[in-house]
Amino acid sequence: MKTFAILKYQWKDLLRDKWVIGYGLVYLLLTDALIRFGGSGPKALISIANIMLLFIPLVSMLYGALFLYQNKEFVELLLAQPLDRKSLYWGLFGGVAVPLSLAFLIGTGLPMIYTGMFTAGEVSSVFVILSIGLILTLLFTSLGFVIGLKFFNDKIKGLGFALVSWLILGVLYDGLVLMVVYLFGNYPLEKPILMLSMLNPIDLARILVLLKFNISALMGYTGAVFNRFFGSNMGVLISGSCLFLWILIPLWRGVTLFSKKDF
Amino acid sequence: MIKFEGLTKQFGSQIVLDNLNLEIPSGQTTGIVGPNGSGKTTTIKHLLGLVKPDDGAIYINEKKLNGHWDYRKEIGYMPQVARYPENMKVRELIDFIKEIRKNQVAIEQPLIDYFGLRAELGKRLRNLSGGTRQKVGAVIAMMFNPSILILDEPTAGLDPQASYKLKQMIRREKKKGKTILLTTHIMSEIEELADHLIFIVEGHLRYNGPMNAFLEQQHEQRLEGAVAKMMEEVA
Repeated sequence: MKTFAILKYQWKDLLRDKWVIGYGLVYLLLTDALIRFGGSGPKALISIANIMLLFIPLVSMLYGALFLYQNKEFVELLLAQPLDRKSLYWGLFGGVAVPLSLAFLIGTGLPMIYTGMFTAGEVSSVFVILSIGLILTLLFTSLGFVIGLKFFNDKIKGLGFALVSWLILGVLYDGLVLMVVYLFGNYPLEKPILMLSMLNPIDLARILVLLKFNISALMGYTGAVFNRFFGSNMGVLISGSCLFLWILIPLWRGVTLFSKKDF
Repeated sequence: MIKFEGLTKQFGSQIVLDNLNLEIPSGQTTGIVGPNGSGKTTTIKHLLGLVKPDDGAIYINEKKLNGHWDYRKEIGYMPQVARYPENMKVRELIDFIKEIRKNQVAIEQPLIDYFGLRAELGKRLRNLSGGTRQKVGAVIAMMFNPSILILDEPTAGLDPQASYKLKQMIRREKKKGKTILLTTHIMSEIEELADHLIFIVEGHLRYNGPMNAFLEQQHEQRLEGAVAKMMEEVA
């Protein structure tokens, strides 16, 4: 009940902040443009996925952390109210994560609806793309919360940490994997590489997209290994469930940190 | 009565509170003083449940606060820094807190009138001055008629008129039998308002007793002098 009161209040605050609406509009424009130029086939979907894989983690993580910093004093005031910390945490988290998710879903989904993508044979692919976006939003918003709580009194450190994490997970990771492959090319590497790709949620999401669209040429090293080891369908299933497990870690970590923390 | 028993807290390698034993009498105004970083705020945060002790316990009216949150119904807290979500209107903020404390009766209108906030209710919090936000904080702290009021530097940032009004209000609340806990760096304010004095230096209790007795003990007329003298003794 109290969680709901907090959710309601925050949604109102965030909507007035126009910022979330702008975030949704960016997706709307991008998706619309990509479908216009690339047709409503898998090509447009892959382009959308590529943008989303880079964009969602960055925005969600930074916004999650920034939200805590901006509302530091208010969070402390709420903690001093007759309210248990778990309800408060889910209220705060949902207050950020739900609008961000909706902005993405509506922004990406709307052009897909009016261009008729849902009625074409692409429904399952569209569904996969939207689910991945949703999962990444929830996952990285809660990672942002975890980082914000860890460095609650040090904004610069927290935001720096979030940026570097994004850079490593989203941009540098594949390069690092390639380096490992290059250095240890003489050894059987399939299993270690599989392990490495499961450690990075963005990599998992990318593999999931590529397996779903069956474009092995674009799969990168980890994707190719995944494909060969599990085959397409099994690969989708395994990377999907790993990704799902991945959400639970920061969600759980966030709520335990919040419950124990000294403010 | 609020009782701290052997309260110990360490942040990293720094011991902030060291085996603090303390009783805060009911129905009186207690002023907590001490140099910066002496553990005043940490003490208050323990009472609010924002910080959890490493060791020791806190009791309110003989009831131990054991990670419970229900006791906070009895507490009104006015923080030192009044910052709220910027896009919300004053009215909405007050309604929100009321919704969180749904099963308690809120009497906010007389307080809003008292602090002259009627014209500000429809404004966004971002557009309010620091002093006005502080007044909003005072309304939120007092509107549930709590039996314990915790005020962290309440008059910092208030103009003389508002500060005077707040002090009048604190006196009135005390007459109603409330327990009031007050920190401030303005010694004359403590002199005006407090009956009981707590003096903390580096996490140790230096004095805990009636204010008059402290002045006599230090052979000083004014609190400022007495406190300064004691700080020097410690150093």
